[in-house]
Amino acid sequence: MLAFLVKRIGNAVLVMLTVAFFAFLIFRFLGDPVEMMVNESATQSDRDELRGRLGLNDGFLVQYVRFVTNAAQGEFGLSWRNQQSVIGLIAERFPATFELVIIATFLSLVIGIPLGVFTAIGRGRWWAEGLQFSSIVGVSLPSFFVGIILILTFSVTLGWLPGYGRGDVMRIGWWSTGLLTASGRAAVVLPALSLSLFQITLVMRLVRAEMLETLRADFIKFARARGVKRRPLWFRHALKNCLMPVVTLTAMQVGNLIAFALVTETVFQWPGMGMLFMQAVTFVDIPVMAAYLCIVSFIFVTLNTLVDIAYAVIDPRLRNA
Amino acid sequence: MSTASPSPALEVKGLSVEFPTRRGILTALSDVSLTIERGEILGVVGESGAGKSMTGMAVLGLLEPPGRVSSGEIRIAGKRTDNLSDDEMESVRGRMVGAIFQDPLTSLNPLFSVGQQLVETIRLHSDRNRTEARVHAVNLLKQVGIPGAEERIDHHPHQFSGGMRQRVVIALALAGNPQLIIADEPTTALDVSIQAQITTLLRRLCREQGAGVMLVTHDMGVIAETADRVAVMYAGRVIEVGAVEDVLARPKHPYTRGLMGSIPALGARVERLTQIDGAMPRLNAVPPGCAFNPRCPEAGSRCLQVRPTLMPEGQGAVACLLHDGGVA
Ligand SMILES: Nc1ncnc2c1ncn2[C@@H]1O[C@H](COP(=O)(O)OP(=O)(O)OP(=O)(O)O)[C@@H](O)[C@H]1O
Ligand code: SF4
Ligand SMILES: [Mg+2]
Repeated sequence: MLAFLVKRIGNAVLVMLTVAFFAFLIFRFLGDPVEMMVNESATQSDRDELRGRLGLNDGFLVQYVRFVTNAAQGEFGLSWRNQQSVIGLIAERFPATFELVIIATFLSLVIGIPLGVFTAIGRGRWWAEGLQFSSIVGVSLPSFFVGIILILTFSVTLGWLPGYGRGDVMRIGWWSTGLLTASGRAAVVLPALSLSLFQITLVMRLVRAEMLETLRADFIKFARARGVKRRPLWFRHALKNCLMPVVTLTAMQVGNLIAFALVTETVFQWPGMGMLFMQAVTFVDIPVMAAYLCIVSFIFVTLNTLVDIAYAVIDPRLRNA
Repeated sequence: MSTASPSPALEVKGLSVEFPTRRGILTALSDVSLTIERGEILGVVGESGAGKSMTGMAVLGLLEPPGRVSSGEIRIAGKRTDNLSDDEMESVRGRMVGAIFQDPLTSLNPLFSVGQQLVETIRLHSDRNRTEARVHAVNLLKQVGIPGAEERIDHHPHQFSGGMRQRVVIALALAGNPQLIIADEPTTALDVSIQAQITTLLRRLCREQGAGVMLVTHDMGVIAETADRVAVMYAGRVIEVGAVEDVLARPKHPYTRGLMGSIPALGARVERLTQIDGAMPRLNAVPPGCAFNPRCPEAGSRCLQVRPTLMPEGQGAVACLLHDGGVA
């Protein structure tokens, strides 16, 4: 198990170094940092002096190593747009996106898995087929449309939940959380639901398909033959065998959710990284874009590694691999 | 404990199983009758598709929908089970009737240790707590001949060889002390060198526990060495039953005779019965009269009209008009 862990983590570090390399290329060669930082009246010697101070005259490899070392410490320089520290900007926005994505993922699992199990065991009954059909509708609705419908229904018409913003947030160190205040929790419901709807239907359909497959397996027939009751048969024996693809799907989809959050954040005026990135693109704010690339990749790679480890925990056959 | 003469481990009377389909009703089993006494091993043979597994699944109450018992009675250890609800049947399986299926590789849940699966089964059928169940599980593993049972109990199925896995499956089938075991080709998927060990083990354990066994197999050698009596099935019917020595040495039904004639040596498979021309009819095309008549070398005109039923004959029973009023 230890060798396995070392191998997976080693792979993850390698991938991150590669990503950092591309981020570095963007950072270093897309636009001239000096031009962006000095004002109009600066002389050539001012510029040269700044160039030296920023280390831009050093060798390529030296600069890359410095970039990686800085990035590993969360140091991405200053935003070209407003001269604030990039990591500060991201740190300010990251918790909002993170909480939104986590809640959306959580919803997709706690709603999607039971729905998948029930539509599988109720196959052929009207309610199961009805759910299965509505899930097709769920998959095909665009995310912003779902968001607008949710806002119109629950916020504008019924007035039950807020339709924009994050509500009151509490600070815990540099982290700002909306989950500890009533208004923050109310505010996250609609955007999270909107963001997760697609994911819910995905999880549900995957679990249904996997369950139907697993329920045909010999070991299920044999478990019934030795007297295992239906409930443990479904939720213990069959469902556990379906979880692996669900874990994979979920982890992979978290990356997509962060990307989709861009749309949801815009519709719900959610102050997250998505909105920050949109602004960075508009202003060609290269340091912010490079940092966004590194951080989103870091999340992807970490999740992938966790998936591999989770595999090994769920399925003993993979432990020695 | 038990009264004067215990009821048979299994009594099947006039069992028919139907599959309603879009193109009409398929009769997979018709009028099947079998008895297995306690501690007795009944071998069941017949060509592929004869209905051997179907009979076992009907007894276990595990027919795949839309298959259903359309008539007849099933009694396990005297208790009628064919009319039980799903809930009631759940507490019959494992406790009154255990099962061993063909492929030990796929019979065990790969994600649980054999100990977890044993403890689960033991606790379903007795009021032992977790610790007691584990102790019992180790004992069962020892009984089925797994070396190092104390250690092996925490291993997962993939860590066992095929033969060892089938031993685990047997331990699981016996965990609830059932009076009846359905063993559907328990050695077919195993290495030839291990097959004999497994059948010997099965035979010993069932004798010890006094459980009746329905042993489905293609292997006449296994029947000869293991079974007490044998039932021959054809097209969803039992066509001959009798003591193994009788049926092997003096088969009465022309089909059984063909079967016996087709054995080159004990231990050989009878999957391909080249000696009997033609193939068993499909379920939707069973001819009128005797189901075997298109292939029977002794068929007469009566065989095309009258369906023979299983009639007592000597020590056994046979369903053939030769033994019931003649074929002409
Ligand atoms: N779900 C089903 N629907 C309709 N017919 C079925 C179904 N399952 C099995 N049958 C038919 O029932 C018959 C009996 O099959 P069964 O599996 O009992 O044969 P078997 O004697 O065990 O053969 P084998 O030696 O190949 O295991 C076969 O003709 C098969 O085609
Ligand atoms: S009843 Fe007739 S056709 Fe059938 S087995 Fe006997 S002799 Fe052959
Ligand atoms: Mg079979």
